[in-house]
Amino acid sequence: MGDDFVISEIEKDYIKSLLEQKKRIDGREFNQARNVEFELNLVKKAEGSAIVTLGGSKLIVGVKAQLGSPFPDTPDTGVITTSAELSPIASPYFESGPPSNDAIELARVTDRAIRESHCVDLSKLCVIPKKSVWILFIDFYILNHDGNLFDAAVIGAVAALATTKIPKVKMLEDDEVEILEEVEPLKIEHYPISVTSYKIGEYNIIDANFKEERVSEARVTVGFDEKDRIVSLQKGATGVYKPDELLAVIKESLNVSKTLRKELMKALS
Amino acid sequence: MAGDGTVQLIDEKGKRLDGRNFDELRPISIKIGVLENADGSAEIRMGNNIIIAAVYGPRELHPKHRALPDRALIQCFYRMSTFSVNDRKSPAPSRREKEISMIISNALTSVVFTEKYPRTTIDVYLQVLQADGGTRCASLTAASVALADAGIPMRGLIASVAGGLINDKVVLDLYDIEDQKGSGDVPLGYCPVLDEISLVQLDGVFTLEQFEECLKLSIKGATEIYDIQKKALQDKYAAIRADVSVDAKETKKEVKPKEEPKAEIKEESQAVKEEPKEAIKVAPKPEIKAKPKEEPKTEVKEEPQAVKEEPKEAVKVAPKPEIKAKPKEEPKAEVKEEPQPEIKDEKEAK
Amino acid sequence: MSKIALENHAIVIPGDILAEGNVRYGEGIIKRGDYYYSTVVGLFQDKGDFIQVKSLKGKYVPRSGDLVIGKIIEVGLTNWIIDIGSPYFAVLLANNATEKKFDPVKDDARRIFNVGDIILTKIVSFDRTRDPQVITNERGLGKLRGGRIIEIEAAHIPRVIGKKGTMINMVKRLTRTQIITGQNGRIWIQGKKKEDELKAIESIKKIELEAHTQGLTDRIRDMLSENNNNEIR
Repeated sequence: MGDDFVISEIEKDYIKSLLEQKKRIDGREFNQARNVEFELNLVKKAEGSAIVTLGGSKLIVGVKAQLGSPFPDTPDTGVITTSAELSPIASPYFESGPPSNDAIELARVTDRAIRESHCVDLSKLCVIPKKSVWILFIDFYILNHDGNLFDAAVIGAVAALATTKIPKVKMLEDDEVEILEEVEPLKIEHYPISVTSYKIGEYNIIDANFKEERVSEARVTVGFDEKDRIVSLQKGATGVYKPDELLAVIKESLNVSKTLRKELMKALS
Repeated sequence: MAGDGTVQLIDEKGKRLDGRNFDELRPISIKIGVLENADGSAEIRMGNNIIIAAVYGPRELHPKHRALPDRALIQCFYRMSTFSVNDRKSPAPSRREKEISMIISNALTSVVFTEKYPRTTIDVYLQVLQADGGTRCASLTAASVALADAGIPMRGLIASVAGGLINDKVVLDLYDIEDQKGSGDVPLGYCPVLDEISLVQLDGVFTLEQFEECLKLSIKGATEIYDIQKKALQDKYAAIRADVSVDAKETKKEVKPKEEPKAEIKEESQAVKEEPKEAIKVAPKPEIKAKPKEEPKTEVKEEPQAVKEEPKEAVKVAPKPEIKAKPKEEPKAEVKEEPQPEIKDEKEAK
Repeated sequence: MSKIALENHAIVIPGDILAEGNVRYGEGIIKRGDYYYSTVVGLFQDKGDFIQVKSLKGKYVPRSGDLVIGKIIEVGLTNWIIDIGSPYFAVLLANNATEKKFDPVKDDARRIFNVGDIILTKIVSFDRTRDPQVITNERGLGKLRGGRIIEIEAAHIPRVIGKKGTMINMVKRLTRTQIITGQNGRIWIQGKKKEDELKAIESIKKIELEAHTQGLTDRIRDMLSENNNNEIR
């Protein structure tokens, strides 16, 4: 992401030489994520919303709920659909136009963490089997890009879902449904957190900022639920990992996920 | 305008549904410099509208053939977030968004010294996070301060607000329900210090008297908004003010305006240069009259002219689309149209 | 004859009336009729017989003769495109790059400067109809190796340099670093130790932040001397 950005050799060398001394450009430890902050329920017209900042990365997530038809092969479950926009508002290196591959990867990685963790019980979103289910649109817009949008997106999506209130419905004749004014909170079954580790040379660091991300050769995004189970995983970019290295990275990420989840739960309580 | 004037939007005492008087603005707050990456940015809250404006540039324009040889292009991108309205908006840009982008960029072009940066683009991104009626006006207000925050030279700031007609009464700053159920609105972009109208559209049916009253009311409103814009900018910059005059004093003696810096790295040659009269080159033709309020015409450039013609067309082609209650689309169908990743792929992949 | 409408050092915004009558004026101001208006957000400066508005933010606009620090973003067969932090990319032609004549058949432009290289360069022409042309074939110009690059508002560079270079020379001396300031707001810093570089960066950031205060040179000196003492202890 931000492929047009040319990082200077001087900065590249500097980042690498610091890593050799076990230091990072912003003073963090290798396994330390940036501060995460939330602004919940900002958008009243959405069923749920959150602005999340992870260090310098900032994005807004909105959840809209609409009644629609289920998929034929899952007639009694609701639907979650996730989209991301890398809006040029967020970086001089984003361009307007149809979603880039980066935006698609970002949306899909987020979608998997939400879906596979069973964060929301989709069967509870069914109104009339085969006919009518709730469709949750999780849409996010990046507002400021300072690296590692993945973890910001997942934690933002969970935060927005946790603030989501779904309207109650009344059954009418002929499978018609009336949407009532009254709402009830969406129940969150699990709280997935994703943690991305970036590889620069022989070093693996957690939650890269923009410049670190530009220097890195590979990254791996791992989603964990609150029972410390892996619920999603995505290796990105062209670099590679040794098996032991990957396991070590995942363990490190797990520890970080606990810290981030603590912050999320604090914000939600 | 959808309204037929049958909904009671203002009572006998002149109070509106949200408790405002006919000539009262919604509460407005403006924050400057909210996005780190942008060259200039602002967040405006006007009633329940929440809009972020970001300015990038002046910068190189791609593709290059679109560049103007003698001035900068101002490109505006007004976008509604999918969740900013009651029924989810499709993520693809609509005709309405494109038209609003154009009229906002026309208005901004009238106040920016675009001739200072030939062949470049100044990109203005406007992201509506929540819409509550009057988003184009709030966007223009925010865009204008974001441009100033980017350090771009301007003749003045534009403040923008709509006047409108509800139950046959002229009121200021329509919000959601008034916009839907009222019988007309006139968005206005106005620069108080220049006394210039750079954006005006009309929707609905007005008598000439009503239009005139509406215009007066919006100008009053815009002037109030202007004070808020001004204060927001002053507050932000008072905090980071830099007294460069200290340097200027120190360097005054050895620096002559025309001195050519030397090739070698001598810091002395890099000191501040005062550039008397440089500004004259970029200034529009001097005016004859003294008071700014009396002669906007004498120095109007080409752009504002264009803006003024705009509304006529716009009225025909742009019936306020968004906030009207649209018939509910089948969400399923919309999912398919989306250019975004969607659940379908996920399923097929399995 | 003239009447100044504002206090010295007031923060002004575009369109503010600054003065009336006849007065010499500089950047950030236009005159219409008898009135003088600000065109930017900035600091109003009234020097008795001369007024101007110092913009506090904004892109660097190239000027012929300026020394700037640029980043190579594209390499052509016989030229380089350079990001100099301005609205325009600069162009360096192969014949202006080195003292030796460039032979496009034999020579590879990438071996001179490659994408991502940082160079110290001089602007030799810029007239708004063409992109700024820069050269590196004069003494002291060329590729910068090692060290660090920081960016500040170009408007603050003069303050960082100080009167006759006093400020920057003091920072160099007390932090034992080499520093090159580009007019475009980019500053290159190299020390033998990373801590020295950090100290230099810290002082430059402080200068930028407190540029408006009096006695800044002394405070920077105190800050750096304190650091030095700590280190000795």
